[in-house]
Amino acid sequence: MLFYVARRLAQAVPLVFVIILINFFLIHAAPGDPVFVLLGSMDTTPEFVERVRREFGLDQPLWVQFATYLGKILSLDLGYSLRFQEPVLGLILDRLPATLLLMGTALTVSSVVGILLGAIAARRPYSVTDHASTIVALAGYSMPVFWLGQIMLIVFALHLAWFPTQGMYSLRAPSEGWGRVMDIARHMVLPVITYSVYHLALVYRLTRVKMQETLALDFITTARAKGVPEGRVVFVHALRNAVLPVVTVIGLNFGFMLAGSVLTETVFAWPGMGRLLFDAIGARDYPVLMGLFTVLSLMVIIANVITDVIYAMVDPRVIYR
Amino acid sequence: MQASPLLRAEGLVTHLFTDSGRVRAVDGVSLEVRAGEAVALVGESGCGKSMTALSLMRLVRPPGRILEGVVEFEGTPLLPLSDAEMRRLRGGRLAMIFQDPMTYLNPLMRVGAQIVEAIVLHQKVSAQAARTIALEALERVRIPAAATVLDYFPHQLSGGMRQRVLIAMAISSRPSLLIADEPTTALDVTVQAQIMQLLAEVRRALGSALLLITHDFGLVAEYCDRVYVMYAGQIVEEGSVFDVFERPRHPYTRALLRSTLGPDKRVASFTTIEGQPPSLIAPPRGCRFHPRCPEAMARCASESPPRFGLGVGVAARCWLHAGDAPAGREVAHG
Amino acid sequence: MSTAGAMQAAEATAQMPVIAPHVPAWRIFARNGTAAFGAIVLAVLIPLAVLGPFLAPFDPSRVNAGPPMAGPHWPHVFGTDDLGRDVFSRVADGLRVSLLVGFGAASFSTGLGVVVGGVAGFFGRFIDDLLMRITEIFQVIPRFFLGVLLVAFFGASIFNIIFAIAILSWPEVARVVRSEFLSLRARQFVDAARVAGASRRTLIFSEILPNAMGPVVVNGTLLVGQAMLLEAGLSYLGLGDPSLVSLGVMLQEAQQIMRTAWWTTAFPGLMIFLAVLSLNLVGDGLNDVLNPRSRER
Repeated sequence: MLFYVARRLAQAVPLVFVIILINFFLIHAAPGDPVFVLLGSMDTTPEFVERVRREFGLDQPLWVQFATYLGKILSLDLGYSLRFQEPVLGLILDRLPATLLLMGTALTVSSVVGILLGAIAARRPYSVTDHASTIVALAGYSMPVFWLGQIMLIVFALHLAWFPTQGMYSLRAPSEGWGRVMDIARHMVLPVITYSVYHLALVYRLTRVKMQETLALDFITTARAKGVPEGRVVFVHALRNAVLPVVTVIGLNFGFMLAGSVLTETVFAWPGMGRLLFDAIGARDYPVLMGLFTVLSLMVIIANVITDVIYAMVDPRVIYR
Repeated sequence: MQASPLLRAEGLVTHLFTDSGRVRAVDGVSLEVRAGEAVALVGESGCGKSMTALSLMRLVRPPGRILEGVVEFEGTPLLPLSDAEMRRLRGGRLAMIFQDPMTYLNPLMRVGAQIVEAIVLHQKVSAQAARTIALEALERVRIPAAATVLDYFPHQLSGGMRQRVLIAMAISSRPSLLIADEPTTALDVTVQAQIMQLLAEVRRALGSALLLITHDFGLVAEYCDRVYVMYAGQIVEEGSVFDVFERPRHPYTRALLRSTLGPDKRVASFTTIEGQPPSLIAPPRGCRFHPRCPEAMARCASESPPRFGLGVGVAARCWLHAGDAPAGREVAHG
Repeated sequence: MSTAGAMQAAEATAQMPVIAPHVPAWRIFARNGTAAFGAIVLAVLIPLAVLGPFLAPFDPSRVNAGPPMAGPHWPHVFGTDDLGRDVFSRVADGLRVSLLVGFGAASFSTGLGVVVGGVAGFFGRFIDDLLMRITEIFQVIPRFFLGVLLVAFFGASIFNIIFAIAILSWPEVARVVRSEFLSLRARQFVDAARVAGASRRTLIFSEILPNAMGPVVVNGTLLVGQAMLLEAGLSYLGLGDPSLVSLGVMLQEAQQIMRTAWWTTAFPGLMIFLAVLSLNLVGDGLNDVLNPRSRER
């Protein structure tokens, strides 16, 4: 098993390489002098420009430049943001926990609810409830995530004032203990719901289809023929088999989920990576943008490895070579 | 005349309501299985015999539906039973095994867990005791190193071994009737014989009756006492195996026997029955076999033949016997 | 095999030749009521977008066309924004830009995907391996953020936005086309053409491609909607084309004033929602017509 994890990680290495290559390509393909891309469009002294030029070896042949760049990334140097006056990696790591908290919660809630609803819907295909929930699910991923956030914010935070409008904590709330947890939870409700709607719709629709396929399989007939109650047929025999492909798709969609999370964060001014991305775009802070792309890509790659490992743990047919 | 049968179906009708029309898969089937006997239900694929088996177990799923008829098992009418009562029978007194052992086991559950699940549902025993019973069942179906196999996943077993596992699962609660739907069709020829031998042996040991669904008259001859021949959703002939082989009364049975036994009998070529099997959505008027029947008469195209009783436990649904049938034994179905 | 019932039905029907009643395509489509609904909504929205400049009661960029920040009222049915511009006229105009991006990006990525998938599926072997490896890489990297980088680096022109979205979306098309090509390549009628001495070009363009079009069209329809959502996302992050006001750009502008003027965000968003939902419904309906095997998708 450990060997399998190691092998999957090794397979991810070329991907990391490709991502660094994309960054490098963008630095050079973007209009203008690469040095200003590396600086971000900030005014600075000619001496500093020279320093960066030397640091990245921009006067050297291209392959030396790439080697230099690769070396920097691999030593975890993602550049320096003049705007924030801070190394990019630090900026991102500061905001990572908030993003992970929001995304992890939303992902868990929507996956569990989506799978359960999908399983229930699959039991009575083509019924009125099935049709209705299918249309609702389709609606769920036909709307811009951030727009849904805006509407929720207007209705539930501004008009009904049930929840705070933005941020992660109130200034007046206690700064530790249970009070702080509750404060953060209150701030999380709207962003989590907003973000969950899209993902829930996806998971629901997929689970429903996979459950219908699985419930038609022969071993389900065997289970029924030996007298297994219907609830157990659905939730023990069918669900485990049906969920496997759903897990894979959740893993494959992780990148788009991050995008949804970033947009949601922007609506609710959640102090995570999304907010950082928004600010960096506004300031055309290229080092931060590239740094974010690198870190987000790594997250996606890791998520894919985790998905594969989960799959391997659930499905005995996967051989850990 | 005799003690009430173990299983009795009377006028069973199961149709499938598909997009392209209503498929009359089971259209007025009546049959009996007595305690301890081996009965075959024979027909070409698509004649509705698997659907009949599923109907007897009440395992028909949409778009299929049992529309009418009576099914009695050990004296209890099954169709009015609640789902929970029906479940208590399924896998307990009334068990079933299927065609393709590759797909009929849950790929994510260990073999042992799947057998234990069946045992726990029907016998009031602890999980530990259930495991012992499962082990005994695996040994009874001659699985080598049964204790190890309990912890295997299905994909680690060969097709023959999986069918043995399915049989072990089905007999684990000592059923009085075992329905076997083409149990050897998906297996290698050499394994087929072993599995059939095993079924016969296990059946004798437990005193269970067997309803064998098959298209293979060879198996019928070797392993069964009585036989029902099914064509286009209806039983067209019934009788003891000896009777039916020696004196097939229905032209369809004759054709089927010829095509199965071919070279062994006088017919030189390995013939198949001429013509296409009929659509079960719009079956032919009159006798359903008449478009392919070499002995068809004018009457066959317009009037559906009733079941003509031709002696004890012998009957055929064919106008050729309109004269032979003793008065009062003529019972029409459908 | 699909459902247990269908399997039993298949046993009973497929193995015996049942003459399948011919159902006209439009009836399958219409039977699917939701698809018909989607088609009707699109039949209203597309003319609205195309004829927007003539239908809109006001010039979308005219400042002080009405009182600033006024809620919906006649003649400003969707209200006005902080500069007194008419929201309805701007929505009609924005819908045109959004649909343009949607259709543009969908055609672009479909074209790209058909070429990559077609080449991979037709030639097979190491070309297939190479192209599929590249496709996989594109599927794993977070494409939305790649789009963000592309637009941020190369400038937020409408062409760059279309290009960036196309780059995000082609891998799915490529996979669909490849698998169609792989299965069609082995089909008898293609063999027949090959034996008859058809050139590769004839094989690809007149034998295989037309038969692979069903899934491509379905996927293309869904892509239009996805592209509209991606455009809205990019615009919301400040990467919309500043010279053309799309619905996404309107939503981004509204972020500042929506607390007092809900209509500035509600209506543009509703318009995107309606358009994308209809496209998805129509896509599902087309799928029923063109790929009867996969009714469930």
